[in-house]
Amino acid sequence: MGAGPTPGKITQTSTATRGAIGESTLRPDGTLKVTGEFAYSSDLWHEDMLWGFTLRSPHAHAEIRSVDTAEALAVPGVHAVMTHDDLPAATHYGLEIKDQPVLAKDRVRYHGEAVAIVAADHPETARRAAAKIKVEYAELPPVVDEATATAADAPVLHPGRADHHAGHVPHPNIVHRQPVRRGDVIAARTRADVVVRRDYEVGMQDQAFLGPESGLAVPAEDGGVDLYIATQWLHVDRDQLAPVLGLPADKVRLTLSGVGGAFGAREDLSMQAHACLLALRTGRPVKIVYNRYESFFGHVHRHPAKLTYEHGATRDGQLLYVQCRIVLDGGAYASSSPAVVGNAASLAIGPYVVDHVDVEAIALYSNNPPCGAMRGFGAVQACFAYEAQMDAVAAELGMDPVEFRQRNAMSQGAVMPTGQLVDSPAPVAELLRRVKALPMPPERQWLTADDSTDVRALPGGLSNTTHGEGVVRGVGYAVGIKNVGFSEGFDDYSTARIRLEVINGEPVALVHTAMAEVGQGGVTVHAQIARTELGVSQVTILPADTQVGSAGSTSASRQTYMTGGAVRHTCQAVREEVLRRGRERSGSYHPAWATAELLLEGGKVVTDGGEVIGDLAEIVGEEPIELELEFRHRPTEPFDLETGQGFGHVQYSFCAHRAVVEVDTELGLVKVIELAAAQDVGKALNPLSVVGQIQGGSTQGLGLAVMEEIVVSDGARVRNPSFTDYLIPTILDTPTIPVDVLELADDHAPYGLRGVGEAPTLSSTPAVVAAVRAATGLPLKRVPIRPEHLTGT
Amino acid sequence: MRVNFTVNGRPQQADDVWEGESLLYVLRERMGLPGSKNACEQGECGSCTVRLDNVPVCACLVAAGQAEGRDVVTVEGLAEFAERRDATAPGGPEQGSGTGLDEARRWQPGPGGSTPLAPVQQAFIDAGAVQCGFCTPGLLVAADELLERNPEPSDADIREALSGNLCRCTGYEKILDAVRLAAARTGEEG
Ligand code: FES
Ligand code: FES
Repeated sequence: MGAGPTPGKITQTSTATRGAIGESTLRPDGTLKVTGEFAYSSDLWHEDMLWGFTLRSPHAHAEIRSVDTAEALAVPGVHAVMTHDDLPAATHYGLEIKDQPVLAKDRVRYHGEAVAIVAADHPETARRAAAKIKVEYAELPPVVDEATATAADAPVLHPGRADHHAGHVPHPNIVHRQPVRRGDVIAARTRADVVVRRDYEVGMQDQAFLGPESGLAVPAEDGGVDLYIATQWLHVDRDQLAPVLGLPADKVRLTLSGVGGAFGAREDLSMQAHACLLALRTGRPVKIVYNRYESFFGHVHRHPAKLTYEHGATRDGQLLYVQCRIVLDGGAYASSSPAVVGNAASLAIGPYVVDHVDVEAIALYSNNPPCGAMRGFGAVQACFAYEAQMDAVAAELGMDPVEFRQRNAMSQGAVMPTGQLVDSPAPVAELLRRVKALPMPPERQWLTADDSTDVRALPGGLSNTTHGEGVVRGVGYAVGIKNVGFSEGFDDYSTARIRLEVINGEPVALVHTAMAEVGQGGVTVHAQIARTELGVSQVTILPADTQVGSAGSTSASRQTYMTGGAVRHTCQAVREEVLRRGRERSGSYHPAWATAELLLEGGKVVTDGGEVIGDLAEIVGEEPIELELEFRHRPTEPFDLETGQGFGHVQYSFCAHRAVVEVDTELGLVKVIELAAAQDVGKALNPLSVVGQIQGGSTQGLGLAVMEEIVVSDGARVRNPSFTDYLIPTILDTPTIPVDVLELADDHAPYGLRGVGEAPTLSSTPAVVAAVRAATGLPLKRVPIRPEHLTGT
Repeated sequence: MRVNFTVNGRPQQADDVWEGESLLYVLRERMGLPGSKNACEQGECGSCTVRLDNVPVCACLVAAGQAEGRDVVTVEGLAEFAERRDATAPGGPEQGSGTGLDEARRWQPGPGGSTPLAPVQQAFIDAGAVQCGFCTPGLLVAADELLERNPEPSDADIREALSGNLCRCTGYEKILDAVRLAAARTGEEG
């Protein structure tokens, strides 16, 4: 028998002498990741461990009449079977609204809802035992869309709601409703020369991270539990788990293990509570690893949406008004639906200046799979629709679509429909100019040097469906706006603990945060910041856990801003302490100690003129300096419930794309040839990682445009929970992605940086669809585009 | 059942293997080699790619029993495998010859850093081709095999060879960069 890697040991020491901010410093976890030694949550192993398995509902909406676990418990090797009746304390959890049952009680509300859990000594034993649990269901008619959710006889999915949105929603099956109103749309409509009104639809996208939901719960001697887990926010997991386990928060200790991607899908709990419950019940460590099939049921997805947009413009190309309605399907439980509604509503018209706006966004409760956070978070759905509208209005006006966008583009000083002043650079027109100015990829790029055809470069690829006949090229543009950080008055903060000590005569900085490194490269950036602020070459990044204050979530493009900000803020306080000690000891020896502008560089205290006046290792000596501090972004405020007015967002980020596609019009196959991006990042702390984020985000947008959708049908059942049937872009589907990075500082943010991760996911989808429209002349009002949309069959 | 096979040059024996267990399960859960990843267990993602008698395969699709008496190379043994290949075949790899067993047997799994990385591993780090890294082990095994067959692959060759390996984080651009970089560096050396 082999032994797995030790959980939690992901400490890395970087000994690079360079590696300050602004450099493409390499990942500290890179070597472990290329040798296979990096311990992901699914790799954890304990010699006494049991395997957990979850029994899930085959129905989307049903009453549970009875559950009989006797036969499952009798299976040799089974150590525990738990149902709702076995829960020790709180029975529900949730990010904002605690409406998600830990295990279903008398009703299931979506296909795949957890009903019972089993712990056994082999994963196959657990699976087989779960199959022996007898659950008697009585199926109920499912709520599947707005009509069935709000019909007169619609079943109320969450009777007796007491959450803080319940009072203002027009129907109990609506989670949250957010209007945004500004100006006078009715009057503006009378002045419009051109009006375009269309309906759009966005399918349900899955985050499809590669590392499945997994973790290891180890019962502790103090009656608590240690959970090694892949998540996006350790502290909010803990705060949801503790009441469910009936334990005080300090007895629920979480340590981040290796995370195989996240993209929003790890914001909600998945197997965390189940593993901890089984561990506490059996007194043995319990590991749960979902397979891909279960993963599709184990996390929330991107909200599918139906959107109706009406744009009015003058003949010379000025946007007069936008009216729209966005219906997001939140599925069975609330998850982060209210915040997704807030985003969709406040960002509904895109990065444009429009004086008259009337927006309504709602999220439904339904019996479809629960939806919540996914990269782009409410802004993706809106961007697909408003950018399609921008093209449609430009076409009506006979204007170039890029020129029309530039004519109406916002810039610094603009006012959002929420009344919020855009008080940092917003180079929307410039981003469009840059992608448009790029040279076009060569025509007939599938021809090789000797004039033969490389089918790999054609739609259909190695299926060898065409040699260029019936292949048409199209070019499309789009731009989007995304908020950075948590909005609407949320007290968004992060924490960093920094210890500066001398090891073997060298000053070393230890950085301890609870930030979830999910692949984005936060650990790299933290080390860069510590080197920059403290002038040390050696930085150790300690494992993320709940022994330090919360870092907030790795989502909303916020971690470089927030935990990067916390690391910087705390390092600066440590530096102040270094200087205080230095002044105390040597102030009288050198007059420069009295000056304000002292820096730490290369292990020395230097003046802004570069003169060395002290040695870091000598000043720190035997007394390490350790501080733990919080960092907050400037406060925001909630949107008014009727008008949507309010200073709701911390920061905006902008990305533009140009897509070049080739379409086999006979078979309806699309090949994206190139997907160029331009994005303002304020300040690229790590240019290599920034480009990687933009390319990865662009590719997920491409996936939504032409391939990715969870198909839910036949009584709200998920039809394609596998990578055989839910397709994500392969290396053959993904084109070259040239990236142009602008750095216009946002003075409100650390180093002037702007959150990067999400904006590229917005504009990529509409740019690709615009290119396919240009190639085919079809209206294409739904994503993902399927071949039958292009061939009309 | 019992399975005897060679893993990264060392003879291994797995006992009490269940009928349905895959080679991936045996490597990860019984051999203590979790480097090969388990993103789909359906042959769709390539995160579990290993060499089986030199041929890249999805370990999740290989029944453990099928590995009986055969030679497996995983990401954990890739650096050693590449080093040995370069040593035994100075003019380039001998097609289909595989790792010399006697030499491979001298390999010991040890703490990271004891063996220099294979060119393709170093190139993945340097090119920024690793984000979450979950796809990386499978991609490395596949890319290393490509470069062994074809030391100067075109972009289309790289895309074709890696088309069975999904990555959700990078958008593949930097993976292409990494393979080009590894090819260029190996070319310079040779
Ligand atoms: S895990 Fe084997 S191909 Fe996906
Ligand atoms: S780096 Fe995350 S899946 Fe490839």
